Amino acid sequence: MSDPARSRIALLTLTGLTAVTLAACGGDDGASEGSGGATDDIAVAAADDSCEVATTELDAGVHQFTVTNSGSKVTEFYVYADGDRVMAEVENIAPGVARELRVELPAGEYETACKPGMVGDGIRSDLVVSGEAATLSEDETLAQAGVDYQRYVQSQTGALLEQTTAFTDAVKAGDIEGAKALFPVSRTYWERIEPVAEIFGDLDPIIDGREGDQAEGEDFTGFHRIEKALWEAGDVSDMGPYADKLKADVEEIVALANDVTLDPLQLANGAKALLDEIATGKITGEEDRYSHTDLWDFSANLEGSEAAVQALRPYLEENDPDLVAEIDERFAATEAELEQYRSGDGWTSYDQLTDEQLRGLSDSITALTESVSQVASVVAGK
Amino acid sequence: MSTDARSGGLSRRRFFGLAGAGTAGVIAAGATGGVIGRATADEQAPSPSAAADDAVPFTGEHQAGIVTPAQDRLHFVAFDVITDDRAELVEVLQAWTAAARRMTAGSDAGEVGAVGGGPYDVPDDTGEALGLPASGLTLTVGFGPTLFTTADGVDRFGLAARRPAPLAPLPAFPGDAIDEAISGGDLCVQACANDPQVAVHAIRNLVRLGAGVVSVRWSQLGFGRTSSTSSAQATPRNLFGFKDGTDNLKAEAPKALDQFVWVADGDPGADWLAGGSYVVTRKIRMRIEPWDTSTLAEQEATIGRTKKAGAPLGQQAEFDPVDFTTQVDGDFAIPQTSHVFLAHPTNSGTAILRRGYSFVDGSDGLGRLAAGLFFIAYQRDPDTGFTQVQRNLRLDAMNEYVQHTSSAVFACPPGVRGDDDWWGRALFS
Repeated sequence: MSDPARSRIALLTLTGLTAVTLAACGGDDGASEGSGGATDDIAVAAADDSCEVATTELDAGVHQFTVTNSGSKVTEFYVYADGDRVMAEVENIAPGVARELRVELPAGEYETACKPGMVGDGIRSDLVVSGEAATLSEDETLAQAGVDYQRYVQSQTGALLEQTTAFTDAVKAGDIEGAKALFPVSRTYWERIEPVAEIFGDLDPIIDGREGDQAEGEDFTGFHRIEKALWEAGDVSDMGPYADKLKADVEEIVALANDVTLDPLQLANGAKALLDEIATGKITGEEDRYSHTDLWDFSANLEGSEAAVQALRPYLEENDPDLVAEIDERFAATEAELEQYRSGDGWTSYDQLTDEQLRGLSDSITALTESVSQVASVVAGK
Repeated sequence: MSTDARSGGLSRRRFFGLAGAGTAGVIAAGATGGVIGRATADEQAPSPSAAADDAVPFTGEHQAGIVTPAQDRLHFVAFDVITDDRAELVEVLQAWTAAARRMTAGSDAGEVGAVGGGPYDVPDDTGEALGLPASGLTLTVGFGPTLFTTADGVDRFGLAARRPAPLAPLPAFPGDAIDEAISGGDLCVQACANDPQVAVHAIRNLVRLGAGVVSVRWSQLGFGRTSSTSSAQATPRNLFGFKDGTDNLKAEAPKALDQFVWVADGDPGADWLAGGSYVVTRKIRMRIEPWDTSTLAEQEATIGRTKKAGAPLGQQAEFDPVDFTTQVDGDFAIPQTSHVFLAHPTNSGTAILRRGYSFVDGSDGLGRLAAGLFFIAYQRDPDTGFTQVQRNLRLDAMNEYVQHTSSAVFACPPGVRGDDDWWGRALFS
């Protein structure tokens, strides 16, 4: 007897792979090539305290935005569907720089957002897309989830590559302070998409393994090797080969990740796995044991988990709206808990947190995980 | 449970902190043991105890787990409530009640169960009790002072006016070394069972059900052989090696329970607490190594009983009356600084129902056994119960060998009645 849930998922994976992916990415990987179709160019004027989008109404179809940052802070631009499901985003737009973003928008109500300083909810505007609303079957809705999430992954991999390159360049240049500042930033993009990275089993431990986790005879490499040199030794003079290797490994995983479409169950499990990462590695301070930048990773894992859930949102809203409401509430509660520890453009150092503060974070993650863990069951269709 | 016909008695486990507490009420120091003997005697014949595997009824006039014959194992947990939303808290209490009903009957925590759902469902039971009997599991809930008003005076749930005056943090006692991290709490659940896995399973599943609403503040595992309902059976020994619980309040003495354990009509908070009781918990670290290297004579003089038989000093058998007037070679047989002397109702003037468990939390950083007694006592009013007894122990010779490291007090509502009732209904209605 065939398991309906399983066959549906198999179907979805196929559907997902044939779907066209349209998002442009941060960075220079040019993943949007070949998608074509955009006939317009909507100007977005981003500044430190404003975000002017040239139009608030569009026809359904493929559109191109050009975001120009006239402010003094690095910014980001997002197009959100309901529940802050990311339809497209472009990260790391430096002051004075213009970046393009292409996105296919079915009829519906959206929000655009600029995030000066790359923090917070951003400066929002409504965007109404009209035309024939696509009516998707359940299977198509689920298939779309994989495509949506792939678009998210691609938006992150570009920035990951860019920031990792900047990090490894600083390490090789012996710029300790510069490298220390870039370490948690580059990891943010990594930690957001870790469920994808984990599919490539060999690369994950090489890039992100912790000291002592290596098999006998294996070298300790990756982010944490360099982290140790930066914070513990304060000397990166022998880190050149590790920096080169980290960059090469990230390049490899980025190329692989861009082509992966997760099936809905992988998405559901990935969303939960990211929360488990927080509970086991970040709440305990084990992940970034030398730099204590664990809250950066915490935040990134949380964002990545939310992105995976949001990709499934249309299906979940159809099938279990109560669960969606609970998940929304608990993501918001966890974000509010974490928000208390924002410090400038980053986060409070892990070693500055009291046990009571950690318990507050842990409680919110525990509750959120209980809710997110139910997603797999809904996706599997019972 | 208490009203159930099977209830044959309760633990003879005696906590040395309160050794020999009977039901005598206020009795002048120096009174002879005869009065105590009468007061602590069974008022009815003990009935045969239930088998260790059996289920204990969840509903009744009083909550199970108080006068229920003490099971072998304990998992006690205290929670902080982390929401300000009264409705969310009520939902958890209702969900807990439903799960407690099922688990005490030997079933899974949830309706679907550990393996009853689909392959992509998250099981609503954690599964480690699959195939295990009910094992006498009791789950007893209590409400701490901070549920009513937080330490900084906030009335989160509109309950401030419902707090009975006796429900207040215990005063400090000489020699206390209280760790706040393992003290207090807004709620507690005491899980007792004859199989440790059953007790742990119950708490684990309740904790899961409370995610986002309550947060575990502290918890404690305990062990200790069950004392049975019959006085013919041996009283268990605590980690000092002495029989503990020779004289305790018993289920067979309902008049004494009414006087000393159950909150009655007319008592503070009786509108929701009548038929309930107050539980006091104290984690008492034993200084095992100094104790073990003390002489037998020193140990017996410290306790006030013989080590082998548990007889009051100057007597022969465990249940011989405690007689503070007996002299040996011109000295009182039971020294006036002994634990029995100071804690006995004759001298403390009150009685409490003790239900403690031994604990060993591995060892401390110096290689010493991190062990002692997790003291639990039920009483009608903490002030005239535990606090009164403990105040009398200021000069207790045993203080050299023990240190109290935690303190908590909770008001335990009466038993759940019927299928629609839930933990705290009368309080929250």
